[in-house]
Amino acid sequence: MSILSPAIIDSLPYLFSGIFITLGLVILALGLGLMMGIPMSLIQVYGPRPLEYCIRTYIWIFRGLPILVLLFLFYFGIFPMFAPDVGPFWIAAVVLGFRTAAYQSEIFRGAIQSISEGQMLAARSLGMSRFCAIRTVILPQALRRALPGWTNEYPILLTDSSVCYAIGVAELLTRGNQIVARIGDPMTVYIIVAILFILLNYGGQWIFGRIENRYTIPGYGHGDA
Amino acid sequence: MVMHEMTDSEIILRVEDIHKCYGETEVLNGVSFNVRCGETKVFIGPSGTGKSTLLRCINQLTVPDSGSIWLNDEEVTHSGPLINQFRQKIGMVFQNFNLFDHLTAVGNVEIALIRVKGMNKADARKKALLELSQVGLLDKANAYPAELSGGQAQRLSIARALAMDPEVILFDEPTSSLDPELTREVLEVMRRLARAGMTMLVVTHEMGFALSVANEILFMEHGKIVEQGSPSDIQTSPAFARTRQFLGTFHDD
Amino acid sequence: MIQLQFDFDLLLPVLYQGALVTLALILVSAPFGFLNGIAIALGRVYGNRFVSKLCHGYVLFFKGCPLLLLLFIIYFGLPSVGITFTAFTSAVIGFILCNGAYNSEYIRGGIQSVSRGQMTAALSLGMSGMQAIRSIILPQALRKSLPGLANEFIYLIKYSSLAYMITVIEITGAGKIFAAKYFAFFEVFIIIGIFYLALVTIAGQVIARIEKKIAIPGFGGV
Ligand SMILES: Nc1ncnc2c1ncn2[C@@H]1O[C@H](COP(=O)(O)OP(=O)(O)O)[C@@H](O)[C@H]1O
Ligand SMILES: [Mg+2]
Repeated sequence: MSILSPAIIDSLPYLFSGIFITLGLVILALGLGLMMGIPMSLIQVYGPRPLEYCIRTYIWIFRGLPILVLLFLFYFGIFPMFAPDVGPFWIAAVVLGFRTAAYQSEIFRGAIQSISEGQMLAARSLGMSRFCAIRTVILPQALRRALPGWTNEYPILLTDSSVCYAIGVAELLTRGNQIVARIGDPMTVYIIVAILFILLNYGGQWIFGRIENRYTIPGYGHGDA
Repeated sequence: MVMHEMTDSEIILRVEDIHKCYGETEVLNGVSFNVRCGETKVFIGPSGTGKSTLLRCINQLTVPDSGSIWLNDEEVTHSGPLINQFRQKIGMVFQNFNLFDHLTAVGNVEIALIRVKGMNKADARKKALLELSQVGLLDKANAYPAELSGGQAQRLSIARALAMDPEVILFDEPTSSLDPELTREVLEVMRRLARAGMTMLVVTHEMGFALSVANEILFMEHGKIVEQGSPSDIQTSPAFARTRQFLGTFHDD
Repeated sequence: MIQLQFDFDLLLPVLYQGALVTLALILVSAPFGFLNGIAIALGRVYGNRFVSKLCHGYVLFFKGCPLLLLLFIIYFGLPSVGITFTAFTSAVIGFILCNGAYNSEYIRGGIQSVSRGQMTAALSLGMSGMQAIRSIILPQALRKSLPGLANEFIYLIKYSSLAYMITVIEITGAGKIFAAKYFAFFEVFIIIGIFYLALVTIAGQVIARIEKKIAIPGFGGV
């Protein structure tokens, strides 16, 4: 591999600013997924049957389709029909968010169902309403339990975000390709992009690991509460 | 009784001055003894005195720091890749069975016949079924280890060792994880084996078994053999009294 | 707006051709990805310090680097250092490398969950280390890692679509090209979506069958 040429060094700032686009996609998607995933999981566990089936179908579709197909469907098919003014970045964020929502809903559902029935009984015996019990007793426990699974969505979203290249979002990989098109030397450029992704990946996981540690409660790892 | 024939029969296994340290602690501190063909030796001693380590040194699952092991005047220690041949001749039965969980009972017995001895599948199956019937498990041939009681599991692991036609079998507390009821069925199989002339080294706390089956009882403490003798001799020894103490009562069946 | 008349009779043969390529990508990559996973896992658990570190580095790299970037490196990057593969081969290589990294994690977990006594017992019967790994440890470890491996297989089905990004005209690519020509993105991608959902669902069913068939008492997944 060649030593970094001046042309590549000149283009590094442009490449690096792609980090913000990439992380922007990931953070927006994580947030959207969280906002959708928690209610979806609650409906799955506590909701009426028909709604539960709707959620299950949603999950089946968004987990079963390749990210590339979802991006094409929304970018070329759905958004032009209903909201033609939305740009690729926001479309990508929505698609990634919808998709991680499906996964997150399953993570939260598993966590909720792992909370023993006694918790609900105890809460109701204190006179709490069902809703109040879910909000103050079940969810706080379930969310803690879901944390490891939830943070695992980060590396998945990060690597998937690179597929948004396909609809022209100027994230890291897209910028890398633009630089390759301009100055050549694909190997060097791609290796730099790979290093950036790997740093973002494990750096991010490290941060999430710290967060997990902060929120652990003694004796609250595995098993039943 | 059988003792007189025993002294005449030839030495099959020699254990010479075995030393083994784990870090600072000296687990085996110079252990030597000879085993004659057809003999049953029982090792007794408090836990942590190196009995398991000793047995594992004999088939080199643990490599001793010094000393040597000889099987039929061939050196087992320092045998390099030949060790796999020696291990076929030295069977081993474990306290927690270590059955192969993904194989049926008959599969457990025949796997080494096929893979190690290179037997064809039909012959291996035939021999495996024969061994199962020897330990009374023919009706469990297609059961998986998880479906067996502890006693059945241990009898199966004896059958697995027997199938290799070993010259010696090492038993490491074969009944320690079993209920008294299940212990009896396993000891019964071992008693029959001893009577049939199998050479056996047995680590056990079952004094009844030791007194009635062993040709020699060896007491171990702190990595050493502190007392040894025939069951009738040993009952007057200080080690025997101490053993009585740490075992509390023991059943004699 | 509509340049050419969209017609299902035109679309279906195109998608059929693409579907064949998709299936070829998956069916060629999966077995090698599986073997790759076993090799990496064995290297990590049983290899000497150097091999083990190397295999760990392999996993960190291929799990950390986006698959699409990996495909670009193989198809567009390697020729610049004199190594050239066809697009299809590049895609398959990328899938095998990536799939193997993920598989190895599950297999390693499986190996480590097999109790040490299994190896001890195998050795005590005169098996060599290799024989013990082959006929005692791996059969158990693979059974335990099956749910994870199945998951990765499903991922492989879905990510096979990325091959289009390096010019392999599998079903997503075939559909995209057709849709652009006839300006019928919505219809085309609905059909492609149904194809993937069917494939993933069928694969899930088949895997469940296999799991049931090779299930052994007292032998759950990890
Ligand atoms: N692999 C090992 N590593 C370190 N120490 C060990 C190992 N195996 C056994 N020991 C130690 O050696 C001593 C003797 O163990 P063992 O042979 O199992 O005794 P016994 O079978 O008489 O109860 C114990 O103190 C044990 O902790
Ligand atoms: Mg012991």
